[in-house]
Amino acid sequence: MKIQQHWYHNLWLWSILYFSLGFVNILFALLGLISFCLPLLFAIFGGNKLFCNRYCDRGQFLRFFGSKLGLSRRHDIPDWMHSNIFRYGFMIFFFAMFGGILYTTWLVYMEINSLSEVVTLFWCLEFPWSWAGTTAVSPAVAQFAFGLYSLMLTSELIALAAMLYYRPRAWCTFCPMGTLTQMICKRKIATKG
Amino acid sequence: MTVSVKRRRAKILPQQCVACGTCLDVCPRGALSIFHGSFAQVDITRCVGCGLCARECPAGIIKLEVIE
Ligand code: SF4
Ligand code: SF4
Ligand code: SF4
Repeated sequence: MKIQQHWYHNLWLWSILYFSLGFVNILFALLGLISFCLPLLFAIFGGNKLFCNRYCDRGQFLRFFGSKLGLSRRHDIPDWMHSNIFRYGFMIFFFAMFGGILYTTWLVYMEINSLSEVVTLFWCLEFPWSWAGTTAVSPAVAQFAFGLYSLMLTSELIALAAMLYYRPRAWCTFCPMGTLTQMICKRKIATKG
Repeated sequence: MTVSVKRRRAKILPQQCVACGTCLDVCPRGALSIFHGSFAQVDITRCVGCGLCARECPAGIIKLEVIE
């Protein structure tokens, strides 16, 4: 019995490319908006999780390194980690942090704050990232790019840690975008009757 | 004399499924699908009970049950 290979199994390359490009020029971080919008579009208009099921670069990244290359230790995840309370709590926290990025962007746009060329990991550890800064866009756009890159890198590191210790796609059990899109799909079924 | 053939099949707990689709990707029989982005379901006529999905499910909610 052979498991079929599909082109989208190679999408893990996009994850590597994305984080590499953000290391060179922070403007590339804005490409992360694709990963924000596509799953929502699939869920809202298609009522499905095709993005998670096939086209998510992170899902494929975890699959490739955790499962195919065998880097995962495959411990069982604790029940609380895929409980609704934790999933919804983490989702709210995550999107609140995204709201924080928008707020910081607004402060720079209003010239209340100046552009801060740092990448913040785990919402508290700041790393200087000025070599990737840019003057090609307004400071507010650059600020948003720094914030988005911080969020993407933080979640990637959590996903990586979960992959190494638990099963390859352990992150997917509490991924905020996965939780949100499943919520939208369930709501769509409920409203259809 | 009657011979009972025991075989296994995958059983999913839908309330705990996060619909990530990991199981779909590993099933060599195409026996799994996601119901409207909400939870995974098994087509028991296709499932051969190989257990690959149970091994890969990140939430650990696929069990193999024995059927006669
Ligand atoms: S749950 Fe999150 S990381 Fe996993 S496939 Fe879906 S969007 Fe990607
Ligand atoms: S037990 Fe094997 S055949 Fe059955 S659904 Fe799981 S992966 Fe597919
Ligand atoms: S791998 Fe597990 S959690 Fe993911 S869709 Fe399949 S049964 Fe659900």
